[in-house]
Amino acid sequence: MIRALALVAMLIAWAAVSYGNRSLEVVMPVLLPTPGEVATVGVALARDGSLARNLLVSAGRIGAGFAIAAAAALALGLAVALYTPARLAVEPVIELVRPIPPLAFLPMFLVWFGLGETSKVAFIAYTTFFPMFVGIAASLLRVDVMLLRAAASLGATRWDLLHRVVLPAALPGIVVALRLGFGLAIFVIVGAEFIAADAGLGNLIMEGRVFFNPAQIVMGALLLGFLGALVNALLLSFERRAVRGRAPQ
Amino acid sequence: MSTVADLVQWGLRGASPRSGRALALRLGAVLAFLALWSLASGLVVLLKLFNPIFLAGPWLVLGKLLQLGLNGELWGHVAATLGRVAVGVTTGALLALALGLLAGQLRPVRNLVEPIVEVLRPIPPLAMLPLFIVWVGIGETSKIAFITYATFFPVFLTTVHAVQRVDPLLLRAARSLGARRGRLFLRVVLPAALPEILTGIRLGVALGFFVIVISEFIGAEQGLGYLINDGRNFFLVPQMLGAAIVLGLLGYAGNALVMLLGRRWLRWERPSAS
Amino acid sequence: MSRAGGSARVQVEGVHKSFDLDGRSTPALLDVSLEIHAGELLCLLGPSGCGKSTLLNIVAGFLPPTRGRVLVGGAPVTGPGPERGVVFQEYVLFPWLTVAQNVEFGPRLMGKPAAGCREITARYLEMVGLTAHASKFPAQLSGGMKQRVAIARALANDPAIVLMDEPFGALDAQTREVMQEELSRIQRVEHKTIVFVTHSIREAVYLADRVVVMTSAPGRIKEIFTIKLPEPRDRFAPEFTQYEREITRLVKEEVMKVHE
Repeated sequence: MIRALALVAMLIAWAAVSYGNRSLEVVMPVLLPTPGEVATVGVALARDGSLARNLLVSAGRIGAGFAIAAAAALALGLAVALYTPARLAVEPVIELVRPIPPLAFLPMFLVWFGLGETSKVAFIAYTTFFPMFVGIAASLLRVDVMLLRAAASLGATRWDLLHRVVLPAALPGIVVALRLGFGLAIFVIVGAEFIAADAGLGNLIMEGRVFFNPAQIVMGALLLGFLGALVNALLLSFERRAVRGRAPQ
Repeated sequence: MSTVADLVQWGLRGASPRSGRALALRLGAVLAFLALWSLASGLVVLLKLFNPIFLAGPWLVLGKLLQLGLNGELWGHVAATLGRVAVGVTTGALLALALGLLAGQLRPVRNLVEPIVEVLRPIPPLAMLPLFIVWVGIGETSKIAFITYATFFPVFLTTVHAVQRVDPLLLRAARSLGARRGRLFLRVVLPAALPEILTGIRLGVALGFFVIVISEFIGAEQGLGYLINDGRNFFLVPQMLGAAIVLGLLGYAGNALVMLLGRRWLRWERPSAS
Repeated sequence: MSRAGGSARVQVEGVHKSFDLDGRSTPALLDVSLEIHAGELLCLLGPSGCGKSTLLNIVAGFLPPTRGRVLVGGAPVTGPGPERGVVFQEYVLFPWLTVAQNVEFGPRLMGKPAAGCREITARYLEMVGLTAHASKFPAQLSGGMKQRVAIARALANDPAIVLMDEPFGALDAQTREVMQEELSRIQRVEHKTIVFVTHSIREAVYLADRVVVMTSAPGRIKEIFTIKLPEPRDRFAPEFTQYEREITRLVKEEVMKVHE
């Protein structure tokens, strides 16, 4: 409710400033697109089908990259949590590579995988893997040893411990890690599509810059923000269902 | 895999190895990583799998870095990137701190600022980069303004959150000792919120290094991002990897710097370590 | 409100308190009137949920009464203030300050000169036996030590009254008895007006000049006992046991009501 009000308030403020600027010409009117202009660009792009096409291209890249990274992060996270020597070996390597901003590797991916889809998908997978792996491993390692003792004293085997105690106990943390990873995917896809792409929402935004059409940039940015908020809300509701009735860890 | 006996004794963390052994393991893992990397690039050269320039071995990367460092070229790029991040992050963090502390304490400010933040926050900052270029141009100002913008959000959000979740019992205790408004804020709210605020600043620093790269890909003649993009145009893989590693080191150092500054004030969190 | 120092009288006059639970107004305290004499240690005793902590929070100024008022040294309570020191069950030390800095917090707020602050701090740290731990942080202390710091912090501010909300509730049985002895010893020196909330009958009989037994929710005053035992008290004296037995009978009545 408050968010909806805030949204309306922002829209009114934006309209006031941009339409005000149009009549007063404080800055060049084209630099400060009005809500009307942004909507017009949106409708035009929707009509000729390019909006849907770019959206689908971006969504496909995000989906594929995220899925690969999530699977890898889960597998390696479990391996590291269940086999201590693996953790001792993997942790330092991850810590070595992680401080490097992933976008610095973007050109490497373009050199390695070419300008096609593979490079974008691989880059998303690479970027989102690290925070998801770290989050998943941490939430598994955090599982309270007292819970394990309680279960073992009730007769749990190793497999029971894993799927009846460890996984349910770590689930909230795992879901949070996946949600953060998805957020990061939406974050970096823009950068990837700026640099080398002929389609995608990032490309749409870059087009706005090349053809000096700020309205298109704002449209693309708002669309991405909307998508991000939507996906985040969906994942949050999934998260709530997954951790129903539990205090946050 | 850990046995039930191990699990109930140590939990999933496993028994912590003696510090000497742990260090050896960590070092061994890093060396193994470098060895594998060398081996892979060596095999590419020997077996002619593909053009070896695509997978430069660690020694080539190191060599390139040394060369750039010795002929002085590297330092200009490092200074450019570091300067932009330092100025941008500092400005963004200061703005966010001031607004965040106010918004955390005063409801009217919160009601004014939060809607704007809530609307802008879900938009990936990179999507706003072209707008900064269109508005401010392609020079230094637009890069610094963009980093300021990107840094603002994590610092602001953590600051507001930190101020609002200060333990009400601490406030009660201070009030019953006679603390009011200004001093309640300075002596209780601020120190209680500090750990989380510092986490926000570390996030901001990391984000600064994160976005500077793209910002330097697009229209820059200096900076590590430029060096990477330049390397891409000419297939100079060692230069690309080298610049990326330097960026990682800088990010690491930035994080360490904030931690170091914070440690002075946060000694109380883990006093036994001091 | 003027700061009395020393110790002051507390008058609780016709205090009612109700809370809104699920939109329904639920009474927690019903017409509580009570006078606490200057320099007396008064224990509020009752089954859990009887409103004894609510009453304490009203005297502290953390909660406003729904009806009625509280006077401390003749002045009505309108909010928390330094003339009413509070010791919480959860200690609530400032974790970023050392033991000495915690004790010094109040005097420094009053603007006392540094030398005076140091003197006060040293005195109260010695009183609670923590001089050797002055530069430690709260995270390095045991529960009993933390509560000693909290007591020193409250006393160092020279309040007219001290409010203690189950201060020893989180401590183990042995530490608890030691802390009771310490408090009793300190009180023989300081003669503060102390309101002490507890659900331990033994603790109340050991510490109190008077014990106020409250009814189960909504809380009213059921009976007031004056404990006439010589200090320091002997937990194994027959008179002590006699008080314990009498009060236990009353409290049990109230506990049984809850379970009916």
